[in-house]
Amino acid sequence: MNNPVTRTLLRTKELSILLVTIAVAIYFSVTSSAFNTSENYHTIAQFFTPWAIVAAGEVMLLICGEIDLSAGFVFTLAPFIFVIFVNNGAPLWLALIATLVLCALVGVINGIVHAWLGLPSFVTTLGMAFLLEGLSLILSNGAPVSAPRGDWVVTVFGGGHWSELIWALVIVVIMQLVLSGTRFGVYTQATGGNRLGAAESGINTNRVKIVNFAITSTLAGLAGIIDGLRVGSFDPTNGGFNTMFFAVAAAVIGGTALIGGSGTVVGALLGAMLLGIVYDGFNLTGISANPFDVVLGAAILVAMLLNVNLTKLRARSRT
Amino acid sequence: MTEPDTAQELIRVEHVSKRFGAVRALRDINLRVHAGEVLGLIGDNGAGKSTLIKILTGFHQPDSGQLWVDNEPVTLKSVTHARSLGIETVFQDLAMVNDLPVYLNLHLNKELVHRPFPFLRRREMKKRAREALDSIGISIPSVTAEVGQLSGGQRQAIAVARSVHSNARLLLLDEPLAAMGAKEGGQILRLLDSLKRRGDIAIVLIAHNYSQIVDICDRVNLLQHGEITLDKRSADTSVAELLELVHAEYRLNT
Repeated sequence: MNNPVTRTLLRTKELSILLVTIAVAIYFSVTSSAFNTSENYHTIAQFFTPWAIVAAGEVMLLICGEIDLSAGFVFTLAPFIFVIFVNNGAPLWLALIATLVLCALVGVINGIVHAWLGLPSFVTTLGMAFLLEGLSLILSNGAPVSAPRGDWVVTVFGGGHWSELIWALVIVVIMQLVLSGTRFGVYTQATGGNRLGAAESGINTNRVKIVNFAITSTLAGLAGIIDGLRVGSFDPTNGGFNTMFFAVAAAVIGGTALIGGSGTVVGALLGAMLLGIVYDGFNLTGISANPFDVVLGAAILVAMLLNVNLTKLRARSRT
Repeated sequence: MTEPDTAQELIRVEHVSKRFGAVRALRDINLRVHAGEVLGLIGDNGAGKSTLIKILTGFHQPDSGQLWVDNEPVTLKSVTHARSLGIETVFQDLAMVNDLPVYLNLHLNKELVHRPFPFLRRREMKKRAREALDSIGISIPSVTAEVGQLSGGQRQAIAVARSVHSNARLLLLDEPLAAMGAKEGGQILRLLDSLKRRGDIAIVLIAHNYSQIVDICDRVNLLQHGEITLDKRSADTSVAELLELVHAEYRLNT
């Protein structure tokens, strides 16, 4: 471990999860001939891009020591708000912007209830999750509606063949730059790493949290609309806790500490990719539906354990 | 040594009080700090020392009373406001973020950014961090090390360096020697002594070790039940007298 190259590699937070992802991809390439096809890559991308986009926001919140359980239902609700604007004659681009503003508002409400009224974010966003689920069911009458078609907005936001993946990558790059390249990113880490200390240094930790809640729900809403436009229909059973937990799992597998202070957006993307590849690989290798979740859950646990152990190894290589 | 006149008065506290719910943390505080002076603030746990420091640093606002900086009445609105007047604080918890490297902790909430795109100027911050630590003789293995990997003494030294580095005129130190071994405590004392000899920075020091207080401070103030009950030059008092005053009220068979 004293070789400088080994040490540098170990210190790169994302490397361990990247290696695991590559190993899993190789495993499925060998066990299934259908894995290495352009079509299957597209399927994998469809699995993990919504998780990656939601996780890009969720990582920021986890780093400042909070969590948003309602993000998955913002994902569910946003398309139906979008439809209301469209049905009332708004051009698609305007409907999209208006919807995202409302999504941001949901995050601001989450943040204010948590920061100013002192409710833990777990409880705040759990309440918000059920509230948004109810709203989604009311607005949709519990049934899917077909998404708008044939507009450049549709092509750019999900309709184009790889557009969902491109959005995920663009968002991950932007959020990683915000996290590791700006003062706001430092404040986010400081708020999660030492809340009191950050406040004593003059950082407005409540504002940092509220902005991160707003970012998370905006990204979740955007992911919901992109996913719906890709599929061509908006479904009230999409998203929800499932999407949110996959996003959180992706973040944690990618090296984000649940207690706050550290994590990366790129790591969460790799975590989402790993989950997507496992999901896809299980389908290809014909693991039947019932044991599917058991195996997936075990795979998530193993991936997380590997990550934790590699983190310890990294820590030891420092001394 | 002559008594400094009011022209050199850096900060003055007049009739300041502060309460938290039913707790009256500060009753009627009167205190002066002169330019370049080292003032020791002593008192039992719960006497109000930390509250007073947090008022001087703009973290808490007093319920009543007046603060004067450079003989001008001021209301310190925030830590940032106090900082703009040259008042810097090393809090008891050091306000260090363990997951961040030394150089980012040294620039916490004072990060340097590029223009017009506000990205962090990491290289410049590393360079300045190295200079800041060197200038007051602190040795840290690397400015890119995460603060969580360092010892208590090193973290304390970094916290002091951070405050001094930002052109502080008044440095407030809340128990910098608490929970520190003799060797590390000695390093911090030497650091404070070299700052004192530079003469351009006033220090308010909270500590429980009275011999260290008498050694390094020009003047000592004793805080009891939210009031200053003693204000003497160190030369005019002794460890024995301070101990007697602090412990008198708790003695058995009085």
